[in-house]
Formats: sequence, C-alpha cells, structure tokens
Amino acid sequence: MAIFLRNCKRQLDPPLVLASMGAVMRLLLVGIVVTLLGCGERPDGKVHISYWEKWGGAEAEAMQRVVDQFNRSQNRIVVEYLSIANVDRKTLVATAGGDPPDVAGVWLNNLYSFSDADALLPLDDFIRADGFTVEQWQARYYLVYADMCSYRGKIWGVVSTPSMTALHWNKTLFRAAGLDPDRPPRTLAELDEFAEKLSKRDPATGQIVQLGFLPQEPGWFAWSFPQWFGGRLWDGTNITIGTTPENLASYQWVAGYTQKYGLAQVRAFTAGFGNFASPQNPFMNGQIAMVFQGVWMNNYLRQFAPGFDCGVAAWPTAAPGLENFSVADADVLAIPRGAKHPREAWEFIRYVSTSNPQAETVSELRGMELLCFGQQKNSPLREWSPAFEKLHPHPQIKLFRQLAESPNAVHIPKISIWQEFSREQSQVFESVRLLGATPEEALAFCQNRLAKSWELQSRSFARRQADVKP
Amino acid sequence: MTRGERHNFRTGLFFALPWFVGLSVFTIYPVVASLFYSFCDFSVLQSPIWIGSENYSRMWQDAVFWKSLRNTFFYAALSLPLGMAVSLGLALLLNTGVRGMAAFRTIFYLPSIVPVVAGAMLWLWIFNGQYGLLNWALGPVCRLLGVAPPAWFGDPRWAKPALVLMSLWGVGNSMIIYLAGLQDVPAELYESAELDGANWLRRLWHITLPLISPVIYFNLIMGIIGSLQVFTTVFVMTGGADGSPSRSTLFYALYLFSTAFYDLRMGYASAMAWVLFLLIVGLTIAATKLSAKRVHYAG
Repeated sequence: MAIFLRNCKRQLDPPLVLASMGAVMRLLLVGIVVTLLGCGERPDGKVHISYWEKWGGAEAEAMQRVVDQFNRSQNRIVVEYLSIANVDRKTLVATAGGDPPDVAGVWLNNLYSFSDADALLPLDDFIRADGFTVEQWQARYYLVYADMCSYRGKIWGVVSTPSMTALHWNKTLFRAAGLDPDRPPRTLAELDEFAEKLSKRDPATGQIVQLGFLPQEPGWFAWSFPQWFGGRLWDGTNITIGTTPENLASYQWVAGYTQKYGLAQVRAFTAGFGNFASPQNPFMNGQIAMVFQGVWMNNYLRQFAPGFDCGVAAWPTAAPGLENFSVADADVLAIPRGAKHPREAWEFIRYVSTSNPQAETVSELRGMELLCFGQQKNSPLREWSPAFEKLHPHPQIKLFRQLAESPNAVHIPKISIWQEFSREQSQVFESVRLLGATPEEALAFCQNRLAKSWELQSRSFARRQADVKP
Repeated sequence: MTRGERHNFRTGLFFALPWFVGLSVFTIYPVVASLFYSFCDFSVLQSPIWIGSENYSRMWQDAVFWKSLRNTFFYAALSLPLGMAVSLGLALLLNTGVRGMAAFRTIFYLPSIVPVVAGAMLWLWIFNGQYGLLNWALGPVCRLLGVAPPAWFGDPRWAKPALVLMSLWGVGNSMIIYLAGLQDVPAELYESAELDGANWLRRLWHITLPLISPVIYFNLIMGIIGSLQVFTTVFVMTGGADGSPSRSTLFYALYLFSTAFYDLRMGYASAMAWVLFLLIVGLTIAATKLSAKRVHYAG
C-alpha cells in the first residue's frame, strides 16, 4: 500500500487529476442524459417499436420493404428493424433482463420453449380485440401453418418466413441416365430405383463419382423421415420415437444407403461436398441427382448454377395414404413478455400477416404477400391475390401452394424440448448412417434419453405452475 | 496516513473503480450466482426454484455428460503434452541465434494472432477428406500402406485427432513464453557445462529444463485449463454444439453451452460448470504437488 501511495504521489499531479475527474464526470453526465432522452418520447411524437430479426440478405430486404410499407401506412408507429445474429439467444437474454424487443423474429421451435417459460405474450386477446375470433384468424391460414402457431390452446406467434419442401431433381442427369426428365419418382421404391440408375463409379478406381440420392444430403429434414414413413415422434403426451415401427423402418432405410454404396466409399465421396450456398453444392454441381429442398432452392440455383435444369415435385410416397407429403417450416413473429409497446407490436404483426387480396400488380402487394414475393416463397395464407399468383418469381410456386394445402404436410412437433429432441434425433441419424449403431440400438438410446428429459421438463413445468398458483 | 496520502488513495481508488465494478458485476456476482443456480431449477426466463442437489445427482446418470467428459480428457491428454513439446521445441530452435531469427519468430507466432474462426475455416479445407492438403500429402504414404486416407471430420474415429493436430496451430503464445524463459538462462552455465564436456542433450536436461521449470509449470497449468475448456474451434469446425460426427467432438464446454442456451437448463449447466471448475482445481493442485520438487525458482 505504501508503495502504491508513493507512486500515486509521484505520478499524479493533483490539479491535472482533478481536471481529468471533472472531464470524466461531465462525460458520464452527458451519457446519462443522452440515454434518458433515447428512452423517452421521440421528437416526432410517434411510438418507436424495436423489431429484431435473424435474416440478412434478400430475406432482410424483403422484410425491410414490408416494414417501410407499414411505417408509411399510418402515422402513429415507427418500426425499427434490426438484423441480429443468434436472435433466439439474444431475445432470451434480453427478455430475462427485462428489456426485450417489442417484436422478436424467432425460430418456430422457440415458440414452444419460450411460451412454456412464460417469456411470450399470447396473442389471443389482441386477435379478439381486433374483432376476429381465434378460429377466424386461424382459418385464414393453411392448416399446417395455423397449427404450428398454436400451443397449449393459445396463439403465440404469427408466421413470417414460410417454406415448404419438395423433391428437386437434376433433369440433365435424368436424361443422361435414360430416365424421363419430367417424370420424378412417385414412390419410395421408385426413389431407390432411380437413385441406383443415377449412381456412377469411376471404372478405374471404383470410387463413387455420382449418386442418385443420399439421405444425408442435405439432411436438414431427416427429422421428418419417420413421419414420412407414417410414424410419429411424439403423441402429444409421450415420446414415441423409439416405440413406433415406422420410425424404425425409416432408419433402416437410411442405413440401407450406406450399406448399399459402402461406408468408406460414401465417406470419401461426401468428404468433398462444398457448402450449400456455393457452386460446390453437390446438387448444383451434379454430384447428387435428387435432394429434398425448400422453396428457397430456386434463389440459390439462380445465383450459383444459372441455367440448371431443375424439376420440382412432392416427396415420393413412402407410406400408403401419405401422398403429397411435405415439411412446412416458418419463422415466427412474437411479442416477448416485458415488451414496452405490445399493442403497437401487435399492430405491426397483424399488418405483416394480412395482404391485399385484390392486388393486380406487384406495387399493390401488401403485408404477407409483399414479404413472400420478395423472399420468393409461398404465402401461408389461403387467399392469394392475382398478382401474387401470376407474377410470382418462383416458376413452380403453384406446386408449393399445393403442398401447403396438403393434409400430409408436417411441421416440427410442438414440444418445448424440441432443441434437445432434434439433437438426439440427429444423433440417431448420424450413428445409423455411419453404421456406428443399429437403428434399434440408436432408437432405444434416444427413446430412453428423451423420455427422461421429457419427464424432467414436465416436472419442471408442474413445479412452476404450482409456484405461480398460490 | 497523512491528508495528502488519503487524497492520493481516494484518487487511486477512483481510477481503479471501473475495474472493481467490472470485477464485481461481471465476474464475482455471476460466479456466486451460478453456484446458487446449480442447486435450482432455472431456465433464465423464470425465477429459480430450489431443488437441492438434483442437478448434481442427475449428472451421474447422464450418459452424454460422461461422453463429453471422456472426449475432453482424450483431447486434453493428447493436445497438452504434444502442444507443450512442440512449443518448447520451437522455442529452443528460435533461441539459437541464427541469421534472420526475428523473422522466424514472427512467422511462428503469426498463427496465434489469426482469428480463431478464420483459422478454423482454413483448417476445415486442410482436413477436407477429398480435396484437403493434408490428405494430398498423406496420399502416397496411405497408398503405400494400402489404406484409405482418413476422412477426418467425416469419421468419428479421426475427428478428435484432427482437432489435436489443429491445436498445434496455436502454440505461438506458449512458445513466446518459453522463449522469454530461455533467454533468462545465464549463458555462463552453458559455457561451464561445455568446458566440462556436456553435450547438447545433457545441457538441455541439466541446465535448460531445470531453469525454465517455472515457465513449463505455468504453461502446464494454462494448458490444463485451456484444453478442458476447448469450445470455439470445435463449435465452428463441426457446425454447432452437436459434437459431430456422432458426438465424437462433443466436449464438455459444448455440452454445457447447449444445455444452458438451447435447452434452457441453466441450473444443470451451472452445476456442470462447477464440476468443471472443481476438476480444474483438482488437476492444478495435483500438477503443483507432482511438480513441486522439479520446479526451481531462481533466487
């Protein structure tokens, strides 16, 4: 301490120190004043609401156009759009800290986990206050999109970036293999048969140079394979991933591809696959002939593989009665609990979820249709305006509309442990496709683990309910 | 304390205040809070509910917890000695005083200042099973032996060794510390040893290593802490916290992160953090005790 004091004495000139302290204090004061001004009433007299969203690029530009349109459409609210990486985690932390955005554009699975943790406002009261019944509100959407936003009997979010998936195939490779380029496989057996015909090996080395199909490419929808086979991941009460025969059959099918082409050979072939958003994408560069991809694929093909001759159709039927199977996904707009302007946030969300059904030209598109047109995606709303339907930039948009209408369209299970669920399920997929475990072993491990986790989650939920009631 | 000393003390305290506040708010409070949360059912979004030692007892039955611990120790057991040997070896080479030494030192240190994410992306290409530089170099050897080159991150057996190899990329920091230690070794000791006929190896064993033993000890402790907390590189290279492929790279910190921020089980994650802390404390104490007789402090 004595040395410290001596050094202080030697090095610090008191008048200089006082002047510095004064400067620091003034700076602090200015900072506090500026912060307080920032939090209060804005000079324009409007309510400014914050909207956090995950997307950059074309998706963000399309949403920015909707935000601008909303801001112009009235003179009371200004939406401030902010593109944020890891929006789910940041919304989580901001909500826990009591200072969330007014509108959060989160992933669909966040809707279930966040609402179970009481971090979101249910939208039912807002819907009713606007003169709708919840049923009327929901009826505007295709069933699969309406269903994904309701959880435990309430509406927690509104679809903002919808998508459907379909089988995409490379017509050039079909022609080269002697297949009809306009005739996609319609059943699982045909998919396997076409895949075999479209696969090639180097005659000199025996190495695979082209495959018709690989379940792991891109593998994003592998979680839905059990449902595609007619199985169930969860029955609303219990985890059923390891107890449904169809689920087992789907993983046996996955393992079959590695067994058929050889683990080492497949590994060597897939090791050279490039990133999805690049010309080295194995579908775009002709290494894989058929993939399951979303409505967004057209954007990427145009960017990275101009002139690519691509066919798009529903998933081949893998189980009787499950025609037009497809995976629906969406981002959702939600109002975090603790938002400062929930009413204004709802007004913006409602605007995004409506459209102008009479629009004849692109400039007349509004809300949801303006967004989906800009993002080149299908609208989740049942009613499409003439402009949206006829002028849509995606050449196969009608197919995606049919898939959205399909009673066999599925979305992720509405379970608050979905993050963990999908992680465990992807472990099953990986270990099965790498032949590290039999489908039976992998599913038994997964079932056991998820059942315990769900029990824990249910116990935690019950504990919280008991904690709130008194 | 005189009036002037008191004044200076207050001034000093004022300038140190930001650090005190930062330490209290961003370190001490979270550490203490995490200990409390580790005994709670806590999701971050709701207030914690006390559940006693349930989080700790759950860990015993959590197969993935043990898997992540095994992966972490496997990685640490390989990367730590290898990293220490390579960085010491490089420091010895860079302490020989040959021409252009400053340039060599800079070159070997450079990888340490490359951002982790950029380095990870680069290594992903080096480890690419089909077009990677490493397999291109290994190709002739593998053909000679009649085996296929490893698929690295595509193969659960090779993913961890790939990360160990990659960890050598960042030895520059410990190399610099060794180098500083080596330059403190008095030259007269080497001269007298040379006069006595000691060869290079004997000089290394009897002079260099004992005299830089505090530096080796420091690097060992830092290495233990660092290798047990490995996160960023794996997160970037394997595309998230899944530990792909087949959980072969699921390290402790990754599992902790996904438990906390994906599964919203902050109580369980806090308990895991405390177990890791205790493991590191235990290993540090063990390393200190085991090396006590071999670490020599000058003066």
